[in-house]
Amino acid sequence: MNIHEYQAKQLLARYGVPSPPGEVAAAPEEAGAIADRLIAAGEKRLVVKAQIHAGGRGRGRFKNGSQGGVRLCSTASEAAAHARAMLGEVLVTRQTGPEGRRVNRVLVESASDITREFYLAVILDRAIARPVVVLSTEGGMDVEEIAEKHPEKIVREPVDPAAGFMPYQARKLAARLGFTGDMLVSASSLIVGVFRTWWETDATLVEINPLCVVQQADGHASLVVDAKMSFDDNALFRHPEIREMRDLGEESPLEIEASEHNLSYIKLAGNIGCLVNGAGLAMATMDIVQSVGGEPANFLDVGGSANKEQVKAALKIILKDPGVQGIWINIFGGIMQCDIIAQGVVDAAREIGPLEVPLVVRLAGNNSDLGNQILRESGLPILSADGMEEAARKVVEAVTCCR
Amino acid sequence: MSILVTPETRVLVQGITGTFGARHTRLSLDYGTRIVAGVTPGKGGQRFDGRVPIFNTVVEAARETGATASVIFVPPPFAADAILEAVDAALEVVVCITEGVPVADMIRVKRAMEGRPTRLLGPNCPGIVTPGDGPGRQSGCRMGIIPSHILRRGHIGVVSRSGTLTYEAIWQLTQRGLGQSTCAGIGGDPVFGTSHVDILKMMNEDPDTHGIILIGEIGGTSEEDAAAWLREHGRKPVACFVAGASAPEGRRMGHAGAIVSSGKGTAQAKIDALRAAGASVARLPSEIAEALIRIM
Repeated sequence: MNIHEYQAKQLLARYGVPSPPGEVAAAPEEAGAIADRLIAAGEKRLVVKAQIHAGGRGRGRFKNGSQGGVRLCSTASEAAAHARAMLGEVLVTRQTGPEGRRVNRVLVESASDITREFYLAVILDRAIARPVVVLSTEGGMDVEEIAEKHPEKIVREPVDPAAGFMPYQARKLAARLGFTGDMLVSASSLIVGVFRTWWETDATLVEINPLCVVQQADGHASLVVDAKMSFDDNALFRHPEIREMRDLGEESPLEIEASEHNLSYIKLAGNIGCLVNGAGLAMATMDIVQSVGGEPANFLDVGGSANKEQVKAALKIILKDPGVQGIWINIFGGIMQCDIIAQGVVDAAREIGPLEVPLVVRLAGNNSDLGNQILRESGLPILSADGMEEAARKVVEAVTCCR
Repeated sequence: MSILVTPETRVLVQGITGTFGARHTRLSLDYGTRIVAGVTPGKGGQRFDGRVPIFNTVVEAARETGATASVIFVPPPFAADAILEAVDAALEVVVCITEGVPVADMIRVKRAMEGRPTRLLGPNCPGIVTPGDGPGRQSGCRMGIIPSHILRRGHIGVVSRSGTLTYEAIWQLTQRGLGQSTCAGIGGDPVFGTSHVDILKMMNEDPDTHGIILIGEIGGTSEEDAAAWLREHGRKPVACFVAGASAPEGRRMGHAGAIVSSGKGTAQAKIDALRAAGASVARLPSEIAEALIRIM
């Protein structure tokens, strides 16, 4: 699960990690009022930032033609105008894909007077099964780009989960960034706070890019200027407050519906709907579709012990995708019986009404003969196939000839 | 021989009274597996199906029954505790079937297991089977959920991150008359107990394993590590299949560990590494057995 920048900053603040003063707004008037309060508190320059789950907002473009999901201003009326230009509009960035994302909230914040920028992240290093704090002296840039061009500018500090992240490790990293004196102490405590946020919220990623040294009235300070966080879905049961942060507006409606039926479904851009049991086989099914010239419309794993109801729900979701021109059901009956799956498919097809797209079913394993017999005797226009490649070709050919 | 478990292995089941655990315990008993104990806290003293004694703790179950291996079916929030309880009892092999264990729990479990003799398979895996050669292909050691009717005793080792793809591969082998020495699921999570390399090392040394099938998927470096090891030490024919070539970057494909991030962990990189190490690569999941037969 991902959250918005303003939510990440709120979580980080709970662990003592400072961000510039600011608040989130859902309406232009609200944005104006926040700007008024910030100006009254002495802020001179403000920034209005579109809140979507994707990076590259500053250089993004709205579908209505206006430019930039991050805009500077210095008065409340300007802030309100920027908010009005963004709210309800669709922002396209290099990470959103051409369809873009609708902006429902903007963050109105003090625009910091930045003197230096860094990159700071906490990730899981799968190879060592430990968290790693990653730091770079090049902030604001894409970390993959830095890793490629300037690997020497990236420092990695693995964390022993038994001891936890020790203060010396944070000081070592802060010193690496060139901090001394009071700044070394405050930057170290910021890094510790960022790690704790990752560890204690079951995050899979905390990325601060950039982490900035800013000029303030009473000297310098380090602040989180942009933040991104994702969480381990499997751990959300112990973080109800984070689960509350889920924004359904950022997810595909079909993915939301699938999750309500405990189906593992990912919407893709292709034309062949896939209904499979098992994640590995579901991936392999998509691969075969692609290898014979089709494009998978989705990943869908009904699970190893799926029942008739789940098969029905899965088929309905696939059929709701307007991009789907053909469907391939690929089942290996290990624990599941193929005849039960076949009956589920037949019942679902009858209930949904006349099938308007070709449906190919490949059953293997437990009771596959019985399953194929049920499909044949159903009188429904269902094509069956024994082999996976045969099934993939059948569905792709059926789609091509019907177009 | 075989690896990790034999038909003689004495197995206990953690979470034996849950719906899922009970169902698969019965299937394993039907297959002839020596399930000698169950553990469900609070139900100690009872019997499962009138025949398997239930204990409150793993240490007690192991002491009373001589169990050396455990299979875990407890719900995700309790899986880390269950694994470490089995480690504490110094069991040799622990197989965690549970899907959905928090990553942070597994990070702690991995750390706590350092230096301990217990070997963990999973979590989020279909388990391990050493098929038996008793009547009706029975009497094997089945820990987990791999369907027993597709198995046959023989000389091919199977190691895999995915459940149903493992079944596909086993079924293809059995249909072609090739039996299996041991089939080991290592699981689809980002932090896991046993890697492809760990299993390959054992299969390489096992005189009963003549050929190996390795099934991988996108995410992580387990397949690349396997390739690097095979290049140096592999002595037996290896065929492989890697799933997820068509998966979009940055999305988790069902398994928590199946994700391509920042261009790392792609199917192509894994396939290239395995091919360069001399493995026979199956283009399609339906050609896994063929890919091995080609080089044996």
